[in-house]
Amino acid sequence: MDLQTLTFLFVGITFAVYIGIAFWARAGSTSEFYVAGGGIHPVANGMATAADWMSAASFISMAGLIAFYGYGGSVFLMGWTGGYVLLAMLLAPYLRKHGSFTVPEFISDRYYSKTARVVAVICLIIASVTYVIGQMKGIGVAFSRFLEVDYETGLISGMVIVAFYAVMGGMKGITYTQIAQYVIMIIAYTIPAIFISFMLTGNPIPQLGLGSTMADGTYLLDKLDQVVTQLGFAEYTTQARLSATNMFVYTLSLMIGTAGLPHVIMRFFTVKSVKAARESAGWALVFIALLYTTAPAVAGMARLNLMTTIDQPNAEQNLAYADRPSWFKNWEKTGLLKFEDKNNDGLISYTGDKKTNEMVKVDRDIMVLANPEIAGLPNWVIAIVAAGGLAAALSTAAGLLLAIASSISHDLLKGVWKPNISEREELRYSRLSMIGAILIAGYYGFNPPDFAAGTVALAFGLAASSLFPVLMMGIFSKKMNKEGAIAGMLSGIGVTLLYVFQHKGIMFVQSTSFLGDMDPNWFLGIEPNAFGAIGALVNFAVAFIVMSRTAKVPANVEKMVENIRVPASS
Amino acid sequence: MTNNNYWKANISLIIKCLAIWFTVSYLFGIVFVDALNTIRLGGYKLGFWFAQQGSIYTFVILVFYYAKSMGKIDKEFGVEEK
Repeated sequence: MDLQTLTFLFVGITFAVYIGIAFWARAGSTSEFYVAGGGIHPVANGMATAADWMSAASFISMAGLIAFYGYGGSVFLMGWTGGYVLLAMLLAPYLRKHGSFTVPEFISDRYYSKTARVVAVICLIIASVTYVIGQMKGIGVAFSRFLEVDYETGLISGMVIVAFYAVMGGMKGITYTQIAQYVIMIIAYTIPAIFISFMLTGNPIPQLGLGSTMADGTYLLDKLDQVVTQLGFAEYTTQARLSATNMFVYTLSLMIGTAGLPHVIMRFFTVKSVKAARESAGWALVFIALLYTTAPAVAGMARLNLMTTIDQPNAEQNLAYADRPSWFKNWEKTGLLKFEDKNNDGLISYTGDKKTNEMVKVDRDIMVLANPEIAGLPNWVIAIVAAGGLAAALSTAAGLLLAIASSISHDLLKGVWKPNISEREELRYSRLSMIGAILIAGYYGFNPPDFAAGTVALAFGLAASSLFPVLMMGIFSKKMNKEGAIAGMLSGIGVTLLYVFQHKGIMFVQSTSFLGDMDPNWFLGIEPNAFGAIGALVNFAVAFIVMSRTAKVPANVEKMVENIRVPASS
Repeated sequence: MTNNNYWKANISLIIKCLAIWFTVSYLFGIVFVDALNTIRLGGYKLGFWFAQQGSIYTFVILVFYYAKSMGKIDKEFGVEEK
């Protein structure tokens, strides 16, 4: 069978599974719609959390980033896994004990304030909508690349599928589809990695292969360092991202942001107990680590394969453009790979020197997708990778859409505007908000805003600087009051947005920086995407200062905090 | 008062776990990476290994260790879920 038929077949089968689950896991109550009834097994929830968490960015972009940033790419590996340690110890068990359906609902109860709830909803919606735009784009691109249909057709197919199971089943439908999506995703990610690791090092386990020797007896990483430095690139295993300070703060921002993202926190509302929430965080991390420890191997091996395919030790024997392999031609068609014969010798020269480098464009996102082709793997492997990429984008989109929909129907409608609606009415409204959220996400998928590229990073910065600190203080400080929490959230998010917009323009419109020209990354050399941790510090500081000058927390709220700190119900 | 001591036990466990969390990622993976890179673990430089592999494995162990230890502390103070 040819590649396209195989891809249609695999993607078709996975979609049939998702629709089947939609019919089987319909939600009959608000509890099922928001938290899947609260009885999901910790291991199952861990798997669903992993799929919820790992987006098109983790699946497609991360290994590409590491391939080009080398050691500097470690911030993503540590940042996006270390956040689960914080989640498991500082948030998940206590929030589960409280037993709310949404994150703003907890903030509203703990800070005895509807204003705090509305501020939390705004933070949540900004963070989640910016995040979901990237997923919709990923769905459209994956469809058009692999199935050779229009971007628009692809996007609509994706929206219809998500609508099917998310509107009918809410969290219940989403949970079971995410479990299926995780399985597809991890198979799609590891099979090519195992093949390539075995081909290069004889060791089929990619995590070990990266540290093993190649056929000529040299270690793979030493070989990689040698190849890239000879061609004028920075040494792979030591190239830092700007500075150690920047890497430190960037990693911290990603960790805090991960722990503060509402669509991830919500998943821990679906397990049956505090004990289950603690364990489930561990299982989530196991399933995430499977992919995240494979990614550096994929990255290093893909980089080595790419360089050694093109450049030879003797530059006169470099790959001739006329002899370029078919994957090279395919990716050239997409515009993500570009060659320019600067010295007119017909040979390709890929170097770190801008003047002589002839590979004028190598888009980082193609590394994972092109990897199986570069290594010459069979068509069915490439077809599985396509289905895996779609599963990654769909599962994350669904989780984000639920976070948005439930904050509208449960927090704004039921919590603030119409407290008296019945459960049946609320369930209807929650389905309507889900449809609304899908339409909004779809609209941005069709008309991606200019700032789409910067948005996922922004979502982390916002979650880190607004939601994480108030949630943590709500549990660990009995004295934190509503004035402190509201001031903290607003100042944390404010400072972060200011820093990002000053560097990248207001709403990412170039040259609208309001404070005039400044050195890039002027604050301690920290890049804008890494600023969430500083925003979080500001949030904590402002909250404690404001608290010390305002009214005390009511006694019943102190009781509530004491209660969420212990697993047993009182 | 039991709840107070229970909470103190939890906090000191969290501090212990987060100290390890901080050491393997921020110290081994970033601050002291050059020094550790002089040591090899097979083909890996040790600092690089912590940044791209070792820290993640440690995180997994930490979360399970925390869950298990908290289970014991819950029982010890009689606050486990019935």
